[in-house]
Amino acid sequence: MKFKGSILVVDDEEIVRDSLASWLQEDGYRVDTAPDGPTALAKLAQQPYDILLVDLKMPGMDGMQVLAQAKSLQPDAPLIIMTAYATVDTAVQAMKQGAYDYLVKPFEAEELSLLIGKLTDTQALRRENVLLRKALKRQFEFKDMVSKSPKMEAVFQLARMAAKSGSTVLILGESGTGKELLARAIHAESPRRDAPFVGLSCVALTETLLESELFGYEKGAFTGSAGGARGKFEIAAAGTLFLDEIGDISPKLQLDLLRVLDAREFRRVGGSQLVKVDARIIAATNRDLKKLVESGTFREDLYYRLNVIPVMLPPLRERKEDMPLLAEFFLAQFSAEMRKPLEAVSAEALEILMAHDWPGNVRELRNVLERGAVLARGPIITPIELELVQPASAPSPLGSPEPADSLKDVERKHIISTLRQHRWNITRSAKALGIDRVTLYSKIKRYQIREVE
Amino acid sequence: MEAEGAIQLTWMGRGDMSPGLLERVRRHVARTFDRPTDLRVVNGPPEDALDRKRGQYSSTKILRWIVTTMASGPTKVLGITDVDLFIPVLTYVFGEAQVPGAAAVVSTARLRFTYDERPASPPLVEARLLKECLHELGHTFGLVHCPDSVCLMSRSNSVLDVDQKAARFCRDCRQRLWELMDEEGDES
Repeated sequence: MKFKGSILVVDDEEIVRDSLASWLQEDGYRVDTAPDGPTALAKLAQQPYDILLVDLKMPGMDGMQVLAQAKSLQPDAPLIIMTAYATVDTAVQAMKQGAYDYLVKPFEAEELSLLIGKLTDTQALRRENVLLRKALKRQFEFKDMVSKSPKMEAVFQLARMAAKSGSTVLILGESGTGKELLARAIHAESPRRDAPFVGLSCVALTETLLESELFGYEKGAFTGSAGGARGKFEIAAAGTLFLDEIGDISPKLQLDLLRVLDAREFRRVGGSQLVKVDARIIAATNRDLKKLVESGTFREDLYYRLNVIPVMLPPLRERKEDMPLLAEFFLAQFSAEMRKPLEAVSAEALEILMAHDWPGNVRELRNVLERGAVLARGPIITPIELELVQPASAPSPLGSPEPADSLKDVERKHIISTLRQHRWNITRSAKALGIDRVTLYSKIKRYQIREVE
Repeated sequence: MEAEGAIQLTWMGRGDMSPGLLERVRRHVARTFDRPTDLRVVNGPPEDALDRKRGQYSSTKILRWIVTTMASGPTKVLGITDVDLFIPVLTYVFGEAQVPGAAAVVSTARLRFTYDERPASPPLVEARLLKECLHELGHTFGLVHCPDSVCLMSRSNSVLDVDQKAARFCRDCRQRLWELMDEEGDES
């Protein structure tokens, strides 16, 4: 049977609810009922309806109050007020508040049929338009990444080619632009997809730890190394080894890595036997590797070894045309994860998202929308549910930076202030800053920030 | 215990009804649905279904009464009455049914008049009653309203609508009815 639409009937009288539901069901509509305003609003928060039929006079919350709140929960669902009091005043007031129409009880069956028929036709058209818009919007895809930006399309094309080859890939981009996501997508599209994808952040570990993590160690190599262990190079075997924050590794490890990439073999820490390297390397960094090479902090030969297929992920502020698409993409994800009907962000909320500068890029957007999805009372995310870090032009909680402050100073101060605000909790501070924990660690290290409270 | 999957037409009127007319409706119903169909008379509808202010009977309350006092097993019970029926938000209804379900009710009250409220001829009333009986029984098997205005399952908001439709299901509704009857048979 063709789906004709869903209708919510709100009336305090059981016989009205039952009889009207029965009458509408004969037309093939899916009908839900609510005996009062609060129940109706709870239902509206849970699932979308095509039409709302609401009695004006109900004890407690009346039809007007339901109307006011229903508009924020489901702005697109037309609401028809049913009233036994044929005063022009209430009708006008209802229409002013956004009711689609009103019916004076008892009304002719024909009147109701025509009204409902007209509305369901309009709703069907609206749904069709949404589908068409979706089809138009979704232009480029690469695994879990979506975009309509030509810059990203170029990235996806390059990544597709890289996936087919076994060459080393260097992914460059600011924090939160999706470097690991892209690395995973390349792995998943490559002939190595059935072998493991092994990721390692080079910034979170000390030099010694990183070395043993990468290369493994033999029994007795150092204190506590009782059993010996395989390193990431070995675990990745015929798969992909993803080295994140590669710009932050020490000169010694740079040299070790260079040797491994050259010889395609290595020795475990404390071991003498050579182990062959088969893993494909994907490295990533949010730092300007070329500059690090120029300043002498990063080995030029290693840079060229890694820079075989460089892929540059643009920051979100340079692909703002993707905002509606990304919002829809994440909402669909959250909707499935949270088992909550989430359809879209409202036009006002989208305007706010478009105006923001997104220093934390797509990850920041995801976090903001996730919070919005949790707080949303209906299927539409409204501006109230979006909490964005103040734009740069607004007064900063740190006070106006001194003119002499460099961008780095401002960033350092902002990080310290955020860390203090969250009692040095890295996870919460990273979330507030819109960056991941690893990036926050790297910045703490780079700016030599220490917990002194 | 009623016969398996039978249809029960039940006259529950305040006034008299021609037994010949009811018998002709019974035969037509039996032929259309290919189910054993019988006819009985009960006292009704119940007084608590009467809204004294409106002078009409609540079709929903009559349905509930049929379900609790008459319906059992897979039998469909169609109440036929001469009292005027209503649901609270509408001025009147010709009938009401569970979609799908065991009970339906039809009234002749509005079918006895023309659109401009003159008495309708007996053959016209009989044709209308037959259409509405088949229509409401169609609902009890799970059919919903059909957009084809000459199909028995099209919604009738006035006697003009009833007169416009034929006394038969359209191809799609007939097909769907057979499927629904098959499904119902499988479940029972």
